[in-house]
Amino acid sequence: MSVPRFWRKQPQRYNIIGTKCETCGSYFYPPRTVCPECRRDGKIVEHKFKGTGKVVTFSIIRTASEPYSYESPYPVAVIELDEGTRMTAPVVCDIEEMEIGMPVKATFRKIVADGDSGMIVYGTKFVPVK
Amino acid sequence: MREVAVIGAGLTTFGEKWDTSFRQMCVEAGVKALEDSNVDGNQIDEMFVGNMSGGRFVLQEHISALIADAVGLASTRHIPSTRTEAACASGGLAFRQAYTAVASGMSDIVIAAGVEKMTDVDGGVTTDALAGAADREWEGIYGVTFPSLYAMIAKDYMHRYGLTREQLAQVAVKNHYNGARNPIAQFRKEITIETVMKSTLVADPIRLMDCSPVTDGAGAVILCPLERAKEFTDSPVQVLASTQATDTLALHDRRDISTLDATVAAGNRAFEMAKVDRKDIDFVEVHDCFTIAELCAIEDLGFCEKGKAGIMTENGETALGGKLPINPSGGLKACGHPVGATGIKQICEVVAQLRGEAGGRQVDGAEIGMTHNVGGSGATVVTNILRRAN
Repeated sequence: MSVPRFWRKQPQRYNIIGTKCETCGSYFYPPRTVCPECRRDGKIVEHKFKGTGKVVTFSIIRTASEPYSYESPYPVAVIELDEGTRMTAPVVCDIEEMEIGMPVKATFRKIVADGDSGMIVYGTKFVPVK
Repeated sequence: MREVAVIGAGLTTFGEKWDTSFRQMCVEAGVKALEDSNVDGNQIDEMFVGNMSGGRFVLQEHISALIADAVGLASTRHIPSTRTEAACASGGLAFRQAYTAVASGMSDIVIAAGVEKMTDVDGGVTTDALAGAADREWEGIYGVTFPSLYAMIAKDYMHRYGLTREQLAQVAVKNHYNGARNPIAQFRKEITIETVMKSTLVADPIRLMDCSPVTDGAGAVILCPLERAKEFTDSPVQVLASTQATDTLALHDRRDISTLDATVAAGNRAFEMAKVDRKDIDFVEVHDCFTIAELCAIEDLGFCEKGKAGIMTENGETALGGKLPINPSGGLKACGHPVGATGIKQICEVVAQLRGEAGGRQVDGAEIGMTHNVGGSGATVVTNILRRAN
């Protein structure tokens, strides 16, 4: 991903800042600028998420695309945040530990690097809550 | 709206076609479709071509003009030509646009084509290009691959409905049996459950033999108003319905991880438009990009209760000779999946079946067939219902 494309969403990616529709009370992370329920009647405001949630479903990636292959096998999951919205993210744990319903919390980690001298992308991964 | 018929169909063989270029494949499929329909190039009013990623796979955009040019309809007749893109549903979209053009009265004789040349780049580029069918900024960036998205659907499905690994494998075994009887199929070889269970894990629980392959191929069909169909062919196929639906781009935003709501919506619209019941359908070509996708499709189109398609498959109900044969062509799994061409190949298979020309994979007495083409992990779905009209 290009530098400006990542940089543009850096605050949201680093701090789990999404949005909330004050009209219907729905939370959005990844952030949405239009509430699908209320559309133009919705009032969208920024919202910082607590970063705790649970694993809805997951997979262990064994065959990764090239820039991510240094980490394989690695778990990825759909995480439901406590506020109710869902996101996709890697989980940092022993692959045997992964299970549906597992409580997790967000952690700030390196996501991927563009070669040895390119941009390093940081963002949110999750770890199990013990 | 006018009634619409398919009057001809043409396909290249599917596979790793090292000796055949993007252009050659388009021309071969187009010429076969024209010959099959007895239509002269001078009679073509318009064309639509489904192509997911010429830009990544062959570094070529402007596919619409390229194809019109290659088949000789650009410099001589300057026909309108339009590329459609919805990831793996690009071909389905081309068919629906062609249907709409004829039904509306805007055009009379229209080509719907689909093409993908996937083997001119190395595997890493292919994987990355396909990842563009998902949400690049919020799925792809985290190292999520395409198989892993369907793996997460499979994980959720197995957890909730008690599907066994063997039942999932049976989908691939059945589709390879059918593919072995299809002369254009990429894999014309039967496999066993053990073949699937012993294949490499790609993204748990999905193994290599659960996945559709990387394929080169092209297809084309010719559409015209039903009332004119007999001018060209003795065996026209009527399009009873052509419908389309969308859902969220990212899997994590879906209402239910293992239900494709876009399949439910497009399917319901199709049955309503065609005015036929599910029990009237003789066979379905569904989008089995991964084995789990076939089971979701059977259920989400309403052919059985949620969670029951695995048992249906295990019992042979979806095999040739079963209650509802699914993917007589071999599906994406065995026939191959040149992404932009798949939606058109499905129509070609329905045409062959309804004409009784499907040889060793013929569904006996087929009168009405259905197609189901998915883009991404379920963000676009196109469904069509077709009936023998002679």
